[in-house]
Amino acid sequence: MKNRAWLFLTPALILVSLSAFIPIMTVINYSLHLIYPGSIPEFFGLGNYTYILQDEIFLESLKRTFLFTLQVLLVEIPLGLLVALGMPQKGKLLTVILVMLGVPLLIPFPVVGMLWHVFTRSDLGVVPKFFNLLGYDYRPVEHALDAWLTILAVDMWHWIPLVALLSFAGLQTIPEPYYQAARIDGASKWATFRYVTLPKLRYVLIIAVLLRAMDSFSIYSEVMMITGGGPGNTTNFLSLYTSSQAVGGTDLGIGAALSMVYLFVVVLMCYVLYQIMTHAGQGGNKA
Amino acid sequence: MATIELKKISHSYQMERCGELPENSRLDAQFVIRDLDLTWEKGSANALLGPSGCGKTTILNMISGLLKPTAGHILYDGRDVTDEPPEKRHIAQVFQFPVVYDTISVYRNLAFPLKNAGVPKADIKRKVQQVAEILDLTHVLEKSAGRISQAEKQKVSLGRGIIREDTVAILFDEPLTVIDPKEKYVLRRKIREVQKELAITTIYVTHDQHEALTFADQVTVMANGRVVQTGTPAELHSEPASPFIGYFIGSPGMNLLDCTLEDGGLSCGDFMMPLSPKLRKAISAHGPAFKLGLRPEFVQVSLEAKPGFTPWTVSLMENVGVHLILTLSSNGIKIKSRIPTQERVSAGGRVWVGFPEAHVKIFKDETRVY
Repeated sequence: MKNRAWLFLTPALILVSLSAFIPIMTVINYSLHLIYPGSIPEFFGLGNYTYILQDEIFLESLKRTFLFTLQVLLVEIPLGLLVALGMPQKGKLLTVILVMLGVPLLIPFPVVGMLWHVFTRSDLGVVPKFFNLLGYDYRPVEHALDAWLTILAVDMWHWIPLVALLSFAGLQTIPEPYYQAARIDGASKWATFRYVTLPKLRYVLIIAVLLRAMDSFSIYSEVMMITGGGPGNTTNFLSLYTSSQAVGGTDLGIGAALSMVYLFVVVLMCYVLYQIMTHAGQGGNKA
Repeated sequence: MATIELKKISHSYQMERCGELPENSRLDAQFVIRDLDLTWEKGSANALLGPSGCGKTTILNMISGLLKPTAGHILYDGRDVTDEPPEKRHIAQVFQFPVVYDTISVYRNLAFPLKNAGVPKADIKRKVQQVAEILDLTHVLEKSAGRISQAEKQKVSLGRGIIREDTVAILFDEPLTVIDPKEKYVLRRKIREVQKELAITTIYVTHDQHEALTFADQVTVMANGRVVQTGTPAELHSEPASPFIGYFIGSPGMNLLDCTLEDGGLSCGDFMMPLSPKLRKAISAHGPAFKLGLRPEFVQVSLEAKPGFTPWTVSLMENVGVHLILTLSSNGIKIKSRIPTQERVSAGGRVWVGFPEAHVKIFKDETRVY
């Protein structure tokens, strides 16, 4: 019986090995070599890694990416939840809202980037015009803060709907008696949210946080299209730096090592987030 | 605690509250409850029994204030509370599925209503200890409420209700549905015990006659949004007001046979039940068509022919341990009989059946005439 199970698993295993296992192994192999196009790879041990860890631009971009992810989570999760809480429970309006929330999610990332690139261009964009009316000189190409906030705003526009939709779906699954019991117990709105809504949404929110953390940590297309990492290096995220080293750089080994570090950081971050969130809801042991 | 009264309550889920009901017969079908009057005395243990969808839960939700009746009034000790929100009514409600705040401890669950009401910490502690004692929850007080058994959760949600000193009544909405059979018995006894100890007005909603009859002093049986009969468990059993009660209460339910009054007695298909002059006098004014009711435990079964007995075939025999449930048939009519296990009848065999007049009930349409 056991052998037969392996037989059925084989196609899936072949696919997984072709699509994930072999490429990762190749990258690991690359990261341990000096690879200049046109010459024979030379074993370099952990040399690439030691080089990266002393690379100022890498460390800066890593810090920047963390900061961005943190801001994304702090802003998008509460706002998305708020949107979901404010949505009507049924009716025509709900249908309209659901469709509207779905639209940003349907647009491919590069198109989102292109769209906002046009919006924010100082010569023909609507965003600079708007800020000019308010008396603010908006120049994402020159001012680091403008560029950063633009990226953050685009990400919010793109992904708050996802958090809202997830939370809305989660809210629908909370049985009515929980709210009825809270009313009978005389709970305030806040207490009801704190002890009924939030705990019941815990797993949905874990999913939302993990998805947003992974995605925002690897944000690429939008930044590439809107600021290109600039001005200077101020929006140069880890994804941009890695791809510039791997595709545009001279040493493939460095790019490979960067990718490995990147992967490691993402996995580690998600693990930590998951641990924090699954344990956060169980503070019940202290009375 | 209080006496709870429902006065002329009607409810439709499609209609807003209005003072007077519009006289429109087309809307009748919308009403799940129509012109209901009910009273539950102070400190009494009551059950509301009826099949699914008969309006039991709707009534509970109206008493606790989660639902506003379309028309009519709800009174606590004579005070009209119809317009008061649930948090002002001081009602405890235990739902079908245990509702606990599962991220906080049992202690904090029990303390929750008191905390919301701004009770001082020391008092909360004392009350929680006291309630935990009553409900045997002391050993799980520090545990997270999400990690205790279903029966314990149900006790916690009961505890949140009785911890407030001003609790007017406890409402149970089929509280044993999701409880393990093993724990069911214990929890049911606990609920009864708490009711007795606190002498608090209790309304227990269920579709399980066993639960209702063992819990309550007064049982109200409902069907289709109307009260069919209110009485003690014994009354419901021996004096059913309608064929519905006869069939619904008792296990198996009462045998009901269509019959007509003739010169020789009551004719039920192919056999005739002789009538005493007293019985004949009691029912003759109501016209010829009746329903004869007899509980299975009173159906007499004999292996030999006896005067007044008629021959029946045993079409099914179920052994439920202490007694046998026989399904007897004769010309397409089926009745059930409950007899001691020692009787030597066999499936497919022939028996002689008697209908003792002392236990026979006679119904005319939906009401009992004898």
